[in-house]
Amino acid sequence: MNRSPYITDAPTVSIIMLKVLLALVPGIFAYAWVYGGGILVTISLATITALVSEAVLLKIRQRPIRPYLSDLSAVVTAWLLALALPPLAPWWLVVVGTFFAIVIAKQLYGGLGYNPFNPAMVGYAVLLISFPIIMTKWPAPLILAQTKLGFMDQLQFIFGNVMPAGVKVDAVTSATPLDYLKTQLMLKHEVSGITQAPIFGMYGAKGGEFVTAAYLLGGLYLIQQRIISWHLPTAFISALAVISLVFYTFDPAHFANPLFHLMSGASMLCAFFIITDPVSGPTTPRGKLYFAAGIGIITYLIRVYGGYPDGVAFAVLIMNMCVPLIDAYTQPRVFGHQE
Amino acid sequence: MSSIIQFVTRLIQGQSPSTEVHKFNGGVHPTGHKEESTTHQIAKLAIPEKLTLPLRQHVGHIPKIKVQVGDHVLKGQMLAEAEGTVSAAIHAPTSGTVAAISDALIPHPSGLPDMCVTLVPDGKDIWTTLHPTDWRNSTKADLVANLRSSGIVGLGGATFPTHIKLRADGKSHIHTLVINAAECEPYITCDDMLMREHADEIIKGIEIVQHLLGAETCIIGIEDNKPEAVSAMTAASAALANTSVKVVPTLYPSGDARRLIHLLLGIEIPHDKRSTDVGVQVFNVATVLAIYRYVVFGEPSLSRIVTVTGNVASPQNFEVLFGTQLTSLIAAAGGTGKDTTHFIMGGPMMGFDLPSSEVPITKAANCIIAATPTLFAPPPPAMPCIRCTRCAEACPVNLQPQELYWFSKSDNFEKAQDYNLFDCIECGCCTYVCPSNIPLVQYYRYAKSEIIAANRTKEAADLARERNEFRLARIEREKMDRAQKHAERAANIKTETSKIEENVAALKTETEKAVSSAGTDEEAQKLAKQAAIAAAIERAKAQKLATRPAEVKSADSQENPAAASDVKTTAVTDEQAKQDKQALIAAAIERAKAQKLAAASAGQVPKNTENISSSAQAEISEIDTLREKAKQTISSKESN
Repeated sequence: MNRSPYITDAPTVSIIMLKVLLALVPGIFAYAWVYGGGILVTISLATITALVSEAVLLKIRQRPIRPYLSDLSAVVTAWLLALALPPLAPWWLVVVGTFFAIVIAKQLYGGLGYNPFNPAMVGYAVLLISFPIIMTKWPAPLILAQTKLGFMDQLQFIFGNVMPAGVKVDAVTSATPLDYLKTQLMLKHEVSGITQAPIFGMYGAKGGEFVTAAYLLGGLYLIQQRIISWHLPTAFISALAVISLVFYTFDPAHFANPLFHLMSGASMLCAFFIITDPVSGPTTPRGKLYFAAGIGIITYLIRVYGGYPDGVAFAVLIMNMCVPLIDAYTQPRVFGHQE
Repeated sequence: MSSIIQFVTRLIQGQSPSTEVHKFNGGVHPTGHKEESTTHQIAKLAIPEKLTLPLRQHVGHIPKIKVQVGDHVLKGQMLAEAEGTVSAAIHAPTSGTVAAISDALIPHPSGLPDMCVTLVPDGKDIWTTLHPTDWRNSTKADLVANLRSSGIVGLGGATFPTHIKLRADGKSHIHTLVINAAECEPYITCDDMLMREHADEIIKGIEIVQHLLGAETCIIGIEDNKPEAVSAMTAASAALANTSVKVVPTLYPSGDARRLIHLLLGIEIPHDKRSTDVGVQVFNVATVLAIYRYVVFGEPSLSRIVTVTGNVASPQNFEVLFGTQLTSLIAAAGGTGKDTTHFIMGGPMMGFDLPSSEVPITKAANCIIAATPTLFAPPPPAMPCIRCTRCAEACPVNLQPQELYWFSKSDNFEKAQDYNLFDCIECGCCTYVCPSNIPLVQYYRYAKSEIIAANRTKEAADLARERNEFRLARIEREKMDRAQKHAERAANIKTETSKIEENVAALKTETEKAVSSAGTDEEAQKLAKQAAIAAAIERAKAQKLATRPAEVKSADSQENPAAASDVKTTAVTDEQAKQDKQALIAAAIERAKAQKLAAASAGQVPKNTENISSSAQAEISEIDTLREKAKQTISSKESN
């Protein structure tokens, strides 16, 4: 019987997913430092929900549970969704979002390897459309907050929607810089004035830019480990930088500079962790460039002209739809064939 | 990134860019495991007690057996001669007696037995008369024709008959001879050891091959993990102008001919062309050495170097006579260690499981690996493809293995071919790097075999249809011819019959006159007899005419004697009745024939329906309409 090759040298799917989780750790630490330990609760909640719903669905679909749970893909989805949610998201929001991501976006399409859309972004988009107010209400970073919530306070709020005595929700939340910029621009203010507000940091959001930097660090680790290819982050970052540079050069009073866009919102999480989901992305090198550049451009357009402060989730989902087309038209030249 | 590092390294080391190789996409770096089997010199295996020589040890036609059971043969004597263009001869590796010509287990992935010649050596090892050639003073055509009897095939594992590759095809000029000494598969070291020990002879072989091909230059491509072979070959190649050694980086599958040509020359052979179309021919080192031995000493292909490695006590290379049982070879390597599950022939990337240890060593056997679960762990259960494209990054042909897998798995063979499935060289790089442990190559082998089988079936069906259409056209044509002839004959018969009728009528009146005018009964009887005879002759004529077209052999044999006796009263009416009867018989026969033909050729139109009854005509027209309908359905199906 011919069953060669007899040897392999490949990390298993579990190892790949584990490294992705590892690469997220700096970002999680930065997040917890900036917004408080509540994120750890959110992540745990999402992880448990993801594993339980994945196990139940596998059972219903009569698939082996252990190998599919241990591939850790559900955990990656859970973590990415948790990190995309606002830090003080109530427990049910986390559960609903994760359930949607795992059950609807992944398992109902056939499980690992068969989902055409990024599960975490499907979960996020469902929540954003269904609960826009909660989803856009971010707490001020701890360094700016007048009232600091402790870990236990955050826990109480997440599970019981209860604030410590005498503290109002508004006292701990504020608009995100992307959101603030958008509303202020609509009020005919200019960028230079708007960015003087305390929520703005050196490049992006005050505090938030550290989280973004930590994601960048984790992302570079993934490239070094050859878990993700350089094509996707490079094309996304370049496209976002170029389009924002064009608008900024054209009218700096009404358009933020490229660095602000790169260091705000979910830009870096998107560049290294979200658009790099192999299952829902394109497979050809050229296709990856187009795909990521498309996401960069759509993200920018939604941020500037769309109805939501950040556009990453929708940009990813829109480009997910284009993947079969991109793949079909970007097939590389095969050895010995003409272009 | 790595190219930048390479560039910097080159700058520092001051290497000239001329040694630069032309990289291909992907490739993998499996652990070499070559050191194990290179510690010993090549050992010569003793003549075993039995040699089993499969007739099919090469690509192409099975050779024709020239010996019989019981024949005593000498070493180097031809046992089977090449038959057809692509074929190779088989020789007796030592002197002895032909013990059997029968099916035996051969080293093939199918595990099926094949025709083998079993030779029992007499231990004397007596050579047959050898015919060395003075190749410098021989014509190329003669040399190549001689090589057809050498039994030499590609010893790199492809086993393509060598004489065909040396033939001048008159189309393309070979400018470069590439010697494939990359030996990129892990574990295999037979070419490495051969180059270390026989570099001078290899170079002499190169000289002959270069002469035969008329190639201006020769490049010997060796991977950089064989420094001893590189230095030996570099030293030896100094003897030959325009021959150089080029070191290529260790990267599997550099030893694939198309990849090696690209590495060495930067030429990318178009997928539908051969290397000779771009002026390059490739030979394996061991093959070149075999050519040297045949041309200069007249020694045919009787043995080869085989690496025995893996879980054996003393991994090393042996010179092994073809037909030697694997068990003797393993014993010579000190036997297997415990946990040995089976043997693999070839390397771990492209080799296959041997069906048993009771198989002979053939021309294709470059390496035998004793496998254990530790060395080659069974792959964990396959997970779904996550489209990570590691396989695409590793593919040396720059295919999209993940797409090919998808199409092969879903039996979407058309799409698989669109994605160039048949460019896949089954090197196994994709499976090697797959995180989901998907046996990708197996899927491609499956899809390829399915497509090939389907194409064969389609070709056979096309041929059958073509034949049937031709047959129908022929039947139609014959029918038309026959109908035309029949019509002509019928017209002739009509005129002749009316003539005869006139004659008969004249006879009748004459007879009546004679009878009435005759004086006696006797006279009258005589006259009547004469008239009857005349009538009978005429009748016979008419009969003959009438029966001929209808091919009636004995239409009315019983009537003639009676006719004479009652000619007086019934001569004419009888004649008419008979004619009617004959016409009826003829028509019936025609009808039967028409029906038979109609049934046989599924509704063929008999064109001569004028003479047959109306019911038969109705039947035939019914068949006609059926046939038209069938024709329409077929044509509409075909147009779809």
